[in-house]
Amino acid sequence: MLSDIGVDSIEKLFAGIPERLRLRRLLDIPKALTEPELIEYFRQRAARNASEYSSFLGAGVYRHYIPVIVDALISRSEFFTAYTPYQPEIAQGTLQAIFEFQTFITQLTGMEVANASLYDGSTGLAESVLMGQRISKKNKFLIAKTVHPEYRAVVSVYARNLGITVETIGYSASGRIDMADLAKRLDKDVAAVVVQTPNFFGTIEQTHDISELAHQHGALSIVNVAEAISMGILKPPGLDAVETRTADIVVGEGQSLGVPMSFGGPHVGFIATRDRYVRQMPGRLVGMGQDYSGNRAFVLTLSTREQHIRREKATSNICTNQSLCALMATIYMATMGPAGLREICEQNIVKTEYAVQQIRSRTPREVLFQGSRFNEFVIKLKDDYAKCAQKLLQSRIVPGLQLSRFYPELGNAMLVCVTETTTKAQIDAFVKGLE
Amino acid sequence: MSNNHTRVGKHFQLTERLVFEEGSAGRRGFNLPELDVPRRAVTDIVDESLLRKNIDGMPELSEVDVIRHFTRLSTWNYHIDLGLYPLGSCSMKYNPRINEKVARLDGFAYAHPFMPPELIQGSLDVQKTLEKCLAEISGMDAVSLQPAAGAHGELTGILLIRAYHESKGKPRRKILIPDSAHGTNPASVTISGYVVENVPSNSSGTVDLENLRKVVDDDVAAIMITNPNTLGVFESQISEIAEVLHSHGALVYMDGANLNAMMGITRPGDFGVDVLHINLHKTFTTPHGGGGPGSGPVAVKKILEPFLPYPVVGQRSDSMLFFDHDRPQSIGKMKAYNGQFGMHVRALCYILANGPDGLKEVSEVAVLNANYIRARLKDSYALPYDSPTLHEVVFSDRIQARKDVHVGDIGKRLMDYGFHPPTVSFPLIVPGAIMIEPTETESKQELDAFIDAMKTIATESEENPDLVKKAPHTTRIGRIDEAAAARKPVLRWKPS
Repeated sequence: MLSDIGVDSIEKLFAGIPERLRLRRLLDIPKALTEPELIEYFRQRAARNASEYSSFLGAGVYRHYIPVIVDALISRSEFFTAYTPYQPEIAQGTLQAIFEFQTFITQLTGMEVANASLYDGSTGLAESVLMGQRISKKNKFLIAKTVHPEYRAVVSVYARNLGITVETIGYSASGRIDMADLAKRLDKDVAAVVVQTPNFFGTIEQTHDISELAHQHGALSIVNVAEAISMGILKPPGLDAVETRTADIVVGEGQSLGVPMSFGGPHVGFIATRDRYVRQMPGRLVGMGQDYSGNRAFVLTLSTREQHIRREKATSNICTNQSLCALMATIYMATMGPAGLREICEQNIVKTEYAVQQIRSRTPREVLFQGSRFNEFVIKLKDDYAKCAQKLLQSRIVPGLQLSRFYPELGNAMLVCVTETTTKAQIDAFVKGLE
Repeated sequence: MSNNHTRVGKHFQLTERLVFEEGSAGRRGFNLPELDVPRRAVTDIVDESLLRKNIDGMPELSEVDVIRHFTRLSTWNYHIDLGLYPLGSCSMKYNPRINEKVARLDGFAYAHPFMPPELIQGSLDVQKTLEKCLAEISGMDAVSLQPAAGAHGELTGILLIRAYHESKGKPRRKILIPDSAHGTNPASVTISGYVVENVPSNSSGTVDLENLRKVVDDDVAAIMITNPNTLGVFESQISEIAEVLHSHGALVYMDGANLNAMMGITRPGDFGVDVLHINLHKTFTTPHGGGGPGSGPVAVKKILEPFLPYPVVGQRSDSMLFFDHDRPQSIGKMKAYNGQFGMHVRALCYILANGPDGLKEVSEVAVLNANYIRARLKDSYALPYDSPTLHEVVFSDRIQARKDVHVGDIGKRLMDYGFHPPTVSFPLIVPGAIMIEPTETESKQELDAFIDAMKTIATESEENPDLVKKAPHTTRIGRIDEAAAARKPVLRWKPS
């Protein structure tokens, strides 16, 4: 090969790099490990994470059972070692699967169009705020305090340099957004109202009333769903007989649809909207069309919105989606079907309610907020969180999230999550730990 | 036709409708364990007005239906396990299976990001170790693993630059970008609230230093430079470029997409770069997954460390690792939690599998392979820039265009020879660009087969241009009417 190139050493190929910039020592990183050593290295580290614990953590990352076939299918190298489907003739598998993902998301959310996925729910929410700014040409956003606090933090980073102001709307005793305050704060300058359902406290928001109120004031309605599986039973923000009662953008996190928690990522963001706003959407879109012989075919489309064409005028700087995680969600929904999703949701609701009732009847702890819940709730602790957590951890139970970092006004409070994977025995042990 | 054509044989391939057109009412692919708490009607718990009745159009399938459906779809994809994927600037290399194995260990897959620190020491150790390795490889002082992908890393990096200038009094107004840059660069700059100023390349395809001296002033926040650039050419005056920027108090951002050319050879931190992002899905073999997930850590010099997104992985005096949220100068959060952890495990596994010698060899062989292709194809395809190149080479379709055969056609014809097309029509400074990056994981045999195919296509373009212009001829579907698809977009399936 070197003689074909016309040099006598590989070293000469690097002649374009000035000598003074060359690293004339080896990198100071660990020496190479063989395969059995690598397995041992990572096995030891994985073992230093919790195992054999039951967990009551949710807060945006949820434990749901993932059928074995999800991993079996996404492990096919045809899916996981393929590049972005820019060459449709040899990428129809990825393209059709993404088109199916887009369709599943529209069915789940009740919206008309969904994209090929975004990095995650938090960046998805930030992108939807930017999209709201492009549609409304206004800069003021009202965001519920019960939207996931880390999502709100990401929104504020994205918004900061684009002239966007974000005002927070508090919550009422129901745990839902304070509608009276929202009504008071809405005016013609508001670009959009942003809420989450089920919200960060697990309380189900009346999104249709919120959308209607926003629209009455000429504002858009953006609804974030951080627990996507909930739409298997809850009336989704995009669905109502009266269109003014539906959201303009439904955005969220699809991790609960078959994607491992994996310490916070990779997960899969989704965004769905009305047909009329599709050209303001960020990220990739797959369309159905035909090849020149008339065969059904799928292709990336409307790419004139995107950075590789529009550069500094693009709707977003996004260049990847979370294709493989979107595929997990697609396979998961196909496997569960509408009846399976509904049954999972029913179990989440019934088990969560069981936990609430047990805590109320067997412990002195107060369960906050009266609104209907999906799979999370807030309890007020008697003594401090650390003491309570320590007791639970000794019984190999991971407690719910300490809320004081995000909501100091709630004092010693814990956000608890119960899913279909939480057994009655685990709930009972948790309740006992709170006595 | 050359002997190459035997690479593509015949094999049956099943057609498959959309998943929504399959299945049958009442089928289930999964059975949930029976409810183990006292059964109650959901309507007793949740207000009925909050519930939906059904999900219109969602299919009902058995487990076998689902397996067959997605298996059939999968066979329609080209993928790196099938053969060479010469996409320039994308570093499509083999994804070691060991990465997949270790990322799926239960302790990692079931870890929740909000667990107490004592229960996630393993995950935090992986992140801390990866940060250290990336800092050493790039010659930088600190790393944030939070950004979700390359473009997200760019955005993070530019916001760090902004925070730095703000801490000095004012954010400044402009970011300079060479005209050969990736499209994400200007897009990331815009959403950071900066104005893009394009910097033209000189006749060797690199940044024109003299011109740069004229445009840098105190209103410039940074330059955003790719090195080696998108032509595969190392910016030999990079430290002079950095000096020009630094003398005006401006910073140097490097797009690390092409890091595969320089591991263990030269380090951005040693040639004046203040911040770069690293694409774990390119250089560090995390799989592309059909378009993601990516992962785009940013590495910075000390002066930018206080501004990194929170949390950072900290270490207490008793050596316990923890997420440190107490970062008063931080730009904030770029993403919930701390990055695409599953990709961090894979990238670290790759680094540890190679070690210092191995990573250097990766870059050496990547550069050798690219130069071999360049040498063997330069008589068949025009080489717009004569400068020496590293891990990739950019030809143009100038010769073939005389017969009205263009880069897109050449790419499509490659499919008939069993290869994925190269990156086409990029960088924008080369009309009809054919951008080829073979990476180090390709054997000489695979490179030769590709070269033969490219040479054959060059001959075909002379002798039978129509054959090339109507390609591909062997794929499941032919060329798609993309304009029609965009004119009346169909973006979801609807029941007919």
